[in-house]
Order: sequence, then C-alpha cells, then structure tokens
Amino acid sequence: MIALRPILITVALFLSTLSFNMPAFAVDQVSESPAVEARLKKLSIELRCLVCQNSTLADSDAPLAQDLRNEIRKLIEAGKTDEEVVAYLVARYGDFVTFRPPVNATTALLWFGPFLMLIIGLITLMIVLKKRAKLLASDETLS
Amino acid sequence: MKLKFILPLVLFFILVGFLGKGLFLDPREVPSPLIGKPAPAFEAPVLGDPSKTFSTADMKGQVWLLNTWASWCAACRDEHPLLVEMLAHDIPLYGLAYKDVEADALKVLDEMGNPYIITANDADGTIGIDYGVYGVPETYIIDKAGIIRYKQIGPITPESLRDKILPLLKELDA
Repeated sequence: MIALRPILITVALFLSTLSFNMPAFAVDQVSESPAVEARLKKLSIELRCLVCQNSTLADSDAPLAQDLRNEIRKLIEAGKTDEEVVAYLVARYGDFVTFRPPVNATTALLWFGPFLMLIIGLITLMIVLKKRAKLLASDETLS
Repeated sequence: MKLKFILPLVLFFILVGFLGKGLFLDPREVPSPLIGKPAPAFEAPVLGDPSKTFSTADMKGQVWLLNTWASWCAACRDEHPLLVEMLAHDIPLYGLAYKDVEADALKVLDEMGNPYIITANDADGTIGIDYGVYGVPETYIIDKAGIIRYKQIGPITPESLRDKILPLLKELDA
C-alpha cells in the first residue's frame, strides 16, 4: 500500500505556492438569449484573460474570466455596443486585454517594427548586391 | 572595413541587453491604466458589521491605501504580517475583502491581527473589477483628490514599502 498522504500533502503544498490567487467559486450565468451569447463569444475571443494571459476570455476557466464574461453579458443586455464593452475593459485593465492593441505611440513599434526590419533588410541586400556586382565587374576587367 | 565586423557585434550586444532586461521583467505585471485617474467610487458593507457601509466619498481630502485581499489567498497571508507591522507607521490602510466568505475573512483578522481601519466587503468581486484587480493582493494609494497614484501588484514587500510607498505617502501628505 503506497502511502498517499505524503503525496497529497506535497501536491497541496505545491499548489499553495502558486502566487496567482483566485477563488474557486464563480459560475457562468449563461444568458437565455442566443443573440447575447453569440455576441459574447465574438467579443471574448478577442479579449485576453488577465489570469492565464495566453488564453482568451472565451476559453479561460479562471474565476475572473467567468466574472468578466458575466459583466460583458450584463453590458450587452444593457444595450452597449461592442466598442463600449471593449472600452469598459480597457479602462480597467489597459490595452493589454485586447489581442489586437490599438495603434498609438506606445504600440507603434509593435505594429510597424516588422515592416521597418523588412526595409532595413532590403536596403542591406541592395548594398551587398551592388558591391558584389562591382567586385565582379572589376574581376572581369582584370581577366 | 572594420565596421563590417564591429556592427554585427554591437547589434548582438544590444539584443542581449534587451533580452537580459526581459529576464527581470514580470510578464504577469500588467500596468494599471487607472494610475492618475480618479479611484472608482463605491459603497460597500463593512466586513463584520454589514449594517454600516464604507464609502469612497468619505475618504475625500485624505490620503489612503486600499489593500485588496482574501482569506483564500496564500500571497495575502504572506503579506499580512507586514501590514500589521505597518500599523507602527500610522498608515491609513483600508481593506477590501475580495470575493470572500465573511466568516473566513473575519477569522483571518482574528488570528493574524487586523491591520485595517475598515475593511469593505466586496463579496461578488464587482468593486474588484472596477479597480482592475486580476490577482489579489493588490494595493492602491489614493491621494486627497481621490486620484489613484500608485498600484502595488502582488504583496507589499519591505523593499516596496521603503522605496515606493512610504516616500509617496510623505509626498502626498505634504
């Protein structure tokens, strides 16, 4: 008979060290209206869960995500537009909650950085090719 | 032609610099957009005495700290002794019991000491959402005009108390 207790205690101790603390009680209060649920679905796949940051609000089981989904349901039922719902969350958690951050001064590098790298790469390539052509030309004159 | 060799090396070290800095950043720490904005107003029952309410309106004209915590939160228990020590600094600390069972929260205060002037009870977590709480403990410093000036994400540490919180309180009180 394997002693289960030490194992369970170890697991419990390990779990207690997890620094992110969220309560276990929260339930999705699914709306009766399929239209509300459809809009929630559409919105929540574009929004980030703050607790498990790589999942969307739609597929996170974190209690905070459930609470936020319930808040979004309430906002939708109150007749808020999608933009107003997103603005509600951004006001509280910042642009970080949106998976498509808005284009502004702080996110400019994020949005345009890849294009900038592409341009730098193309310029470098052109310089290298030109140099090589020159070298080849001088080789030919030598021979 | 020396540049040809030095330039990639320089670029490499710049990249290493950024990556090295990244190692010491906490990706879980999401900067609050509420800093510099008015603290969301709320009125909530007082923990342990639901007949009374705590209102942010009563706090106008004072500098105060709002510490969100819960009995189910292990990091809050780690932080708790420091909060009790802070009593010695005469810090206006108010609590917000976030999504907690009242009896459990009261038991913590009973066993570990009560560092709070008043604890407001946010049983369903809606006040927490207004404050952008995503993982307790989180602590807000609110100035005399009701503006959030600082947010401590995660437990207050002796370092953050000494380097950030106490100097800011001194500045705001002046």
